[in-house]
Amino acid sequence: MYNFEFEKPATVADAVAALGAEEAQALGGGQTLIPTLKQRLASPTKLVSLTGIAEMRGVSAAGGVVTIGGGTTHATVAAQAGAYPALAALAGNIGDPAVRNRGTIGGSLANNDPSACYPAAALASGATIVTNTREIAADDYFQGMFTTALDEGEIITGVRFPVPEAANYQKFEQPASRFALVGVFVAKYGAGVRVAVTGASEEGVFRWSEAEQALDHDFRSDALMDLDINPDNMIGDMHGSKAYRAHLVKVLTKRAVAAM
Amino acid sequence: MTQVSMTVNGVAASGDVEGRTLLVSFLRDQLELTGTHVGCDTSQCGACVVHVNGEAVKSCTMLALEAEGAEVSTIEGQAAPDGTLNTIQQAFQDHHGLQCGFCTPGMVMSAAALLKENPKPSEAEIRDYLEGNICRCTGYHNIVKAIMAASGQDVSAIAAE
Repeated sequence: MYNFEFEKPATVADAVAALGAEEAQALGGGQTLIPTLKQRLASPTKLVSLTGIAEMRGVSAAGGVVTIGGGTTHATVAAQAGAYPALAALAGNIGDPAVRNRGTIGGSLANNDPSACYPAAALASGATIVTNTREIAADDYFQGMFTTALDEGEIITGVRFPVPEAANYQKFEQPASRFALVGVFVAKYGAGVRVAVTGASEEGVFRWSEAEQALDHDFRSDALMDLDINPDNMIGDMHGSKAYRAHLVKVLTKRAVAAM
Repeated sequence: MTQVSMTVNGVAASGDVEGRTLLVSFLRDQLELTGTHVGCDTSQCGACVVHVNGEAVKSCTMLALEAEGAEVSTIEGQAAPDGTLNTIQQAFQDHHGLQCGFCTPGMVMSAAALLKENPKPSEAEIRDYLEGNICRCTGYHNIVKAIMAASGQDVSAIAAE
């Protein structure tokens, strides 16, 4: 790991100011960034820790919306987001207990790893990503593998999840990394069903619109019987071929619907 | 270099560290508390698990400066000052919960975190909680048994293998 300066501000305003420095990088729980730094895949001159910002931590629920501070750990979401059970369950199955005690929802969404769990929940829920400068709809936020709508130095201060009538997340775990080989989050709202897929596509998390239409028409796993997803843009690697991932997308979507 | 201060096993500790110094490096290299191990250095194996403000964390994936002002406990702080093992450590000894012993500090610290949050875990809950602790001797069976015993539960049901 190359050396860097370390700063740990106590407020969002101070963090934004600190991130104004050249080559400064925000640090959430560090469960992805620290391993990345060890491999020298990133070399910021300054790390600005967001873990000391009390205003960015915590879970609250009101008016059918669960709001989670950007610096809230997965363990806290798992324990306190009971108003949105599928979201709490997803958080409680990220990584392992020690990782969940450090990793944060804001860090996960800012990184937008193509195999991370939270992007699927945010996209399937039509969540709103709240930053220090604006609010971004999940549909506009995710822009491909490790790419988001965030500007340089912009901080995710919170995420608002509208609570669906029912939801379920199915994760086919890659046992070594504990990331999703494929994960599918299905959320059923009055306005329609949303299906978001992580782990599968070279474009990062995406909505499977054909499945959404089929489920809007008939909310049963059998409604997906005749659908197939094109494997061309799927990730193919030593852990699973493109065709294997495409197959998993369908299987996991059916399982999620069956579990709801 | 920046000065970092924390409480480690109840004792005030401080030292000068770089931004990149990991908590595990501070514990091992500066405080000479070498009971906390570095296995994989990639946050997979859990040999480096310590408690920071009561929560289990992988000390190879946390910066020392992030622990400024924190209460840290390591494997060295588990036994009584006279060397008497705590309940979990004694159970690991009684049930042969270690073979080469490399993963043991992390296993004991994870077990302590589990039992704090769930004093009577089932066998399945123990196995699930230890997902991030890898024993390359594959000695999981007796580790699970030791944790069951440490929680005051009957281990005869899993004693057959």
